[in-house]
Amino acid sequence: MSARDGILAAIRANRPAGDHPLPDVPLFAPLVGDDLTAEFGARLQRMGGRIAPGTAQDPLAGVRERLAGAKVVASAVPEVAGNRDLAAIARPQDVDDVDVAVVRAVFGIAETGSVLFTQDELVVNAVAYLAQHLVVLLDPADILPNVQAAYRRPEFGRAAYAVLHTGPSATADIEGVLIHGAQGVRSLSVVLTPRATA
Amino acid sequence: MSADDMSAEDLNPREREGVIHPEVRAPDDESERGQDGRRLHHAEGASKPIRAPRTREPQPRGAKIRGDRPIDQAEAAERFLAAPLHQAAHDERLWDLRKKRDTAAFGIPEWEELRELASQIKTHTLANLDRYLEEFEANAKANGVHVHWAVDGADHNRIVLGILRAHGAKTLVKSKSMLTEECGFRHFIEAEGIAIVETDLGERIQQLDNEEPSHVVVPAAHKTRFDVAEVFARTLGTDPDNDDAHYLAESQRETTRPHILQADAGLTGCNFAVAETGTVVTCTNEGNADLSGNVPPLQIHSIGIEKIIPRVEHLGVFLRLLARSALGSPITQYTSHFRGPRKGTEMHMVLVDNGRSARLGMEEFWTSLKCIRCGACMNTCPVYRRSGGLSYGATYSGPIGLIIDPTFNKRKYSTLPFSSTMNGSCTNVCPVKINIHEQIFAWRKVLAEEHQIPALKQGMMKAAGAVLSRPAAYRAAIGAADSALKVLPRFAVYNPLNTWGRKREMPEAPRQSFHAWYKANRMKGDKA
Repeated sequence: MSARDGILAAIRANRPAGDHPLPDVPLFAPLVGDDLTAEFGARLQRMGGRIAPGTAQDPLAGVRERLAGAKVVASAVPEVAGNRDLAAIARPQDVDDVDVAVVRAVFGIAETGSVLFTQDELVVNAVAYLAQHLVVLLDPADILPNVQAAYRRPEFGRAAYAVLHTGPSATADIEGVLIHGAQGVRSLSVVLTPRATA
Repeated sequence: MSADDMSAEDLNPREREGVIHPEVRAPDDESERGQDGRRLHHAEGASKPIRAPRTREPQPRGAKIRGDRPIDQAEAAERFLAAPLHQAAHDERLWDLRKKRDTAAFGIPEWEELRELASQIKTHTLANLDRYLEEFEANAKANGVHVHWAVDGADHNRIVLGILRAHGAKTLVKSKSMLTEECGFRHFIEAEGIAIVETDLGERIQQLDNEEPSHVVVPAAHKTRFDVAEVFARTLGTDPDNDDAHYLAESQRETTRPHILQADAGLTGCNFAVAETGTVVTCTNEGNADLSGNVPPLQIHSIGIEKIIPRVEHLGVFLRLLARSALGSPITQYTSHFRGPRKGTEMHMVLVDNGRSARLGMEEFWTSLKCIRCGACMNTCPVYRRSGGLSYGATYSGPIGLIIDPTFNKRKYSTLPFSSTMNGSCTNVCPVKINIHEQIFAWRKVLAEEHQIPALKQGMMKAAGAVLSRPAAYRAAIGAADSALKVLPRFAVYNPLNTWGRKREMPEAPRQSFHAWYKANRMKGDKA
């Protein structure tokens, strides 16, 4: 018998007695107020992320300095012209020298301050971790109230890779001291700006 | 102020001075500040500065392993207690995580409903595990993933080695996985000439110090910064006199990054495997599982077969419970969903049984398979906090370890179920409602019937039995509440028959238990 068949046979032989129906999962009332943008920003900041202040005329004002100070900028969005073309990257290792990566989130979650990316937004998945800093563009209209609502979205069923980022990489493995930039990005800044209309 | 912003101190003013060990209360620390300048304590960050005093104290080591002979947890615990600085910092740190968990749980009115849902989803899945595993396999294969089945740890190790050999892979980076610890994977694969590097900071500390992880979430929680400075100076060449946590973490980041970039393969564990989509979900704060899965040209995911959940929407239930229970954070920094290989690369998933299908047939113990490895039961356990995870001499320590470890080896772990005060707090904090303390007691009975249990421990069992045999009295003592730690009858804690009474001061529990608080504040609202 193959390992597979042996395991499945053992499971069938040891099936626990009783009826154990699968419960329905309610959507739950959102734990956040009506101003999803404000709620998102507040939660993101408690998770170590930043909201980059900007204006309608210059939404990127809050990250200008960071972009100007970076040697290598890899941008996956039309709003920012980088100097490293992600589409031309052959190996993920090649984005290790990126100082700032700029990507657009599919959506945000107000309950947690999270943003979602799939391989389509990241172009090179690894850039979201190997870059020193991450700048995320998020359309306020794309903010969902809670985690339960997020998992009703279709991306999880069709993306080869989907990831929720909530603030930057963090660790407190040494005496509980919280440190940003453990293995991944040292900072995550969200720029709230509508999607460019095509 | 929203509930999420409340600290344990806001909810319970008595906690303001509420440190168990004043000697580890530091006036300030170097924890990150938020955009508004306030001190942050997301992820596993402590809610207040905790620092072992500057006096050097050798790190106490774990239980002595002598083949199959029963682990003497009490002996290792005595040595941990004999290192008061380590013991105090450890106790304070984990109690802080426990309090962060309470605050996060208070912040969600549907907390109890989520626990019940999580329990029911897991119970349902385990009762139909064959069907869901087949569904998972079919979907993963359709996504272009290579699926393997491993009967036990040795089988798992052989399969992974085979995958690595087939690709000529000589270097492997991996992220934290209790399953691979169970399989003794690191030691096996090193002996086969594969260079393996742990990428989680805590795991890396433990690997470099040649120790197992002492906690499922914070693997190096038993070490002070001085211990880490010593390990890194010895292995990474850092300045032995620099014990700044930022310096140490940065040193690990900088020395690990080249390994990640050069690795031939990456391996991760799995927090949840979704049958409906064939997806493996990993939750980390450091982003290291995400690097292991996204950088090397070959990726492998090791999956315990009990990690299956039926549908994507169920992730909403489990994610909302996991980080809040483990860390007191609403979510981990990263939640990766690996469904298919990147272009030009291979993705392998190894489904591992290693005793799980047999455990499914153990009437009193099969629900331990619901465990999502959050560590909440460990953080709340007075025995665990005072003795350190390595004192258990097993992959799984703390309350959940007491009921899982004997399924792997009844003789070696026969004494572990006695390392409990039976206060029931573990059961009360478990996000998937495993009746941990009842299973601990059930194991005592099983082991008493099958083994010679020392007379002292038989006495302890009778005392626990007397309490447990009167459910009404027991509930009154425990409450449905975590205040158990406080109201635990003196005889049960300081009774000379209970080795856990000696030398051990019980920690102060929050005055108001979650259930009491919930009843007073939330039930009214629910009805309105």
